[in-house]
Amino acid sequence: MSRLTIPKTYKLYIGGKFPRSESGRTYEVSSAEGRFLANASLASRKDARDAVVAARGAVAGWSGATAYNRGQVLYRVAEVLEGRRAQFVDEISSSEGVTAAVAGRQVDEAIDAWVWYAGWADKFAQVAGAGNPVAGPYFNLSVPEPTGVVAVVAPQGAGSLAGLVEAVAPALVAGNTVVVVASERFPLSAISLAEVLATSDLPAGVVNVLTGSPAEIAPWLASHADVNALDLLGAGELDWVDLEVVAADTLKRVLRPEPGLPGRALDRILAFTETKTVWHTKSTI
Amino acid sequence: MRSLVAKALVPDSADPTTPRVAAVCVYGDMVPDAVDALGAAHGDPDDGLISVAAVATAFPSGRSSLGVKLTDTREAVAAGADEIDMVIDRGAFLAGRYGTVFEQIVAVKEACRRDDGTYASLKVILETGELNTYDNVRRASWLSILAGGDFIKTSTGKVAPAATLPVTLLMLEAVRDWHRLTGEYVGVKPAGGIRSSKDAIKYLVTVAETVGEQWLQPHLFRFGASSLLNDVLLQRQKLRTGHYSGPDYVTID
Amino acid sequence: MKDITPTDGRGFLEYAPAPESQAILHLKDSYGLFIDGEFRDGSGGSFQTISPATEKKIAEIAIADSADVDLAVAAARRAHTKVWSKLSGADRGKYLFRIARLVQERARELAVAESLDNGKPIKESRDVDVPLVAAWFFYYAGWADKLDYAGLGANPRSLGVAAQVIPWNFPLLMLAWKIAPALAAGNTVVLKPAETTPLSALLFAEILQQADLPPGVVNIVTGAGETGATLVRHPDVDKVAFTGSTGVGREIAKAVAGSHKKVTLELGGKAANIVFDDAPIDQAVEGIVNGIFFNQGHVCCAGSRLLVQENIHDEVVDRLKQRLSTLRLGDPLDKNTDIGAINSREQLERIRALSDIGEQEGAERWSAPCDIPESGFWFAPTIFTNVTTSSRIAREEIFGPVLSVLTFRTPAEAIAKANNTPYGLSAGIWSDKGSKILAVADQLRAGVIWANTFNRFDPASPFGGYKESGYGREGGRHGLAAYLKGASA
Repeated sequence: MSRLTIPKTYKLYIGGKFPRSESGRTYEVSSAEGRFLANASLASRKDARDAVVAARGAVAGWSGATAYNRGQVLYRVAEVLEGRRAQFVDEISSSEGVTAAVAGRQVDEAIDAWVWYAGWADKFAQVAGAGNPVAGPYFNLSVPEPTGVVAVVAPQGAGSLAGLVEAVAPALVAGNTVVVVASERFPLSAISLAEVLATSDLPAGVVNVLTGSPAEIAPWLASHADVNALDLLGAGELDWVDLEVVAADTLKRVLRPEPGLPGRALDRILAFTETKTVWHTKSTI
Repeated sequence: MRSLVAKALVPDSADPTTPRVAAVCVYGDMVPDAVDALGAAHGDPDDGLISVAAVATAFPSGRSSLGVKLTDTREAVAAGADEIDMVIDRGAFLAGRYGTVFEQIVAVKEACRRDDGTYASLKVILETGELNTYDNVRRASWLSILAGGDFIKTSTGKVAPAATLPVTLLMLEAVRDWHRLTGEYVGVKPAGGIRSSKDAIKYLVTVAETVGEQWLQPHLFRFGASSLLNDVLLQRQKLRTGHYSGPDYVTID
Repeated sequence: MKDITPTDGRGFLEYAPAPESQAILHLKDSYGLFIDGEFRDGSGGSFQTISPATEKKIAEIAIADSADVDLAVAAARRAHTKVWSKLSGADRGKYLFRIARLVQERARELAVAESLDNGKPIKESRDVDVPLVAAWFFYYAGWADKLDYAGLGANPRSLGVAAQVIPWNFPLLMLAWKIAPALAAGNTVVLKPAETTPLSALLFAEILQQADLPPGVVNIVTGAGETGATLVRHPDVDKVAFTGSTGVGREIAKAVAGSHKKVTLELGGKAANIVFDDAPIDQAVEGIVNGIFFNQGHVCCAGSRLLVQENIHDEVVDRLKQRLSTLRLGDPLDKNTDIGAINSREQLERIRALSDIGEQEGAERWSAPCDIPESGFWFAPTIFTNVTTSSRIAREEIFGPVLSVLTFRTPAEAIAKANNTPYGLSAGIWSDKGSKILAVADQLRAGVIWANTFNRFDPASPFGGYKESGYGREGGRHGLAAYLKGASA
């Protein structure tokens, strides 16, 4: 008689905690073969609203940390992810219907992408910033700073973990905080990733994960005046032009959808930064 | 308040060798009761007795007319307060009206004068948590010293951040520089936020290495702390018994 | 209030001894050379490393002779050709991240070993040296797979085998400054620690084993000057990196002239710490003290010349003496200690000799009142006032806790005096006025300038000198340039 398992409950991840949707709604997540896997939370606009509040509350601490500290915390996430590799392989195999080998490659890609991004934290400013040789007795320095709260629609297809990592990590590197709407069809790794984040020294509210319907949630994030940037990465199947129009009301920085997985790119870090240029006089001697 | 006095007199009933605090600090209208409760133990801490300090001048906000603030002070002095803890007018200070702040301190100092010509000791609370910059703390310290304060004190304890090592260091430096210039002594009192004996020791070292060990006496250095006392008692218990103690072994009041 | 001044003037506040336990160390009686991933006996005999605070022996250390150096370079070459140059940048990065984390895990052990072998206070090795070591490896780990972005051209390539010779003043930190960027850029390494401070490098070799670093990628050959000379002159080395005295730096530059070897040198200094009359005085005093007495003044970028504006000279010197009187000299492993031991008898003699010359030259000498222990090498923090620009103690690097005080009247004069030296490593500027700081910084011929602070180091911040203080930069994006082909040395 084989041992009876204890199925995990999958909730949202907001403000460092795991609440159910305030609406009480859930939706069925099944495996590739149609077997029941879990009832995932179906996030509401109020959950999205709460997530933005949590993300905003976390901006001062996360952007105020040293770049070295952010790099260390992000590397720690990779350490914990690596330790949980088997769990993620299982989850991905079941939900995406792929072999353990294929799932394993996806998890490895996710971990390695996370490490790649972590290593940028204390050096992207040296590539994107500069002392500028202006024509006058002035000290002039340009530095990239985080834009603030970034709302992301994660890639919706298979490759859910790698897609989520590549969606979220770049914004964090520069000190932004994130509200991400996970893949609707494959949400489980997103919540398991949230468990990793919650145990990796990442401060509460820096990443907030909503599972459910991007079609329902994305418009609320696109119009939200306290969201600074909108990454429509996985919104290709939605009416994303409309979302771009809505975001224009508050002049958000918007990234358009991309097919498949975005891979790794320095541009995805810089897209969520603002360049600040400071001048200071030099006296005559 | 009676409980406060009892605790001040006998902090740890299981250890009669425990030293007393230097003073109890009360609102002005409680001064008569405090004096009464202390009885024969009321006096100068240099003599092993306990003083009564009264917060005054519309503590903690300082927001009322000068007349009210002076009356507040005079009544406490008349009722027997040995020390007056006043607050500076932070609104005036931050608006740059340093003259106003100065004049208020001078007036309060005068209100500390008793009929016999002696003065209650005046502590000037800067409320460093509202001053925002270290330059402001330094400036407020000098202002208070020049205006005749006997002690400069960091905080009311009602605003966070209260005492920190950096602001205390700045205040000690001002007091040190005043002494170098004039030979006169002004005391420093960090108040609020010092909860552990370990933290307190850091402050004592800072005092010794900034102004000198001479300042480590009740008339020149005080901690404004209530929960610190119990932590000191716990540490004393550990030294005596060799094991860690716990909250059940110190009184809550 | 009472007058409580103690009658014997000693102070009643006694600080209890607070020794950091040595029980955390698990040292061997003797160490071999670390070549090709393992410890092995050298063929050049051995010497002892001692604690400069007690003169007691710590361990027997191998001397690498030319045969050993050949083996080490060959191991590094093999590792480069067959393994390290074939690994992806991401994998090199992963090894460096492992090393960084292992350093953090064994941080206390490394700090105790460093203080024991070098003589510096545990406060410094624990709070400054070792954390920076971890940070250096962490920083360069992230560059390993991003070299294309370093602004050094597309597809930069490693040079091959790097010969690295480091000094005794920050043993493990100097090791990190050398090894981290070299490995990130794809090179392999043969490193020679200083003769008086081999211990932390040998413990680091154990960490490399724990990190499972492929054998031969890092090799550590202990020994004295001769080992270092043999190493840098070895024909199969592509890159030479040296930190140490200007004298030896000159010899190395001559030795590699005309060869294919790229070289970077980080040499001596005689930095000016400039204090203007609008400086925050108490902070400036802290900065002066930190500038010359941190690490017992064994710092190439030490602020060894105080240039103080004439009108505040007396006040600053007075406050400086008050502050120095609170410094505690003694057992490096005691957590209360501010000033540790001088690293060697040899260095102590040098400091004493130059200080005597300072007195003979007519400068006025003052030392902090310190209890000097019976055994060990010690020198009380000392300041010389009335120093002239032409004095030897204003020109020559003493490399000890000795400050020469000079004055100036105008910013122009301060700049001229600060620049009037063959050295050019660092400088300090103290003033509350930003525009003055920036204007002065513009005109100082020094590779590192600290304004309203001193002795701040960070792996993201390039460090290196002008003129006879050497060439090349360590730290930051610039620190990669020395280890890649096609980039300027």
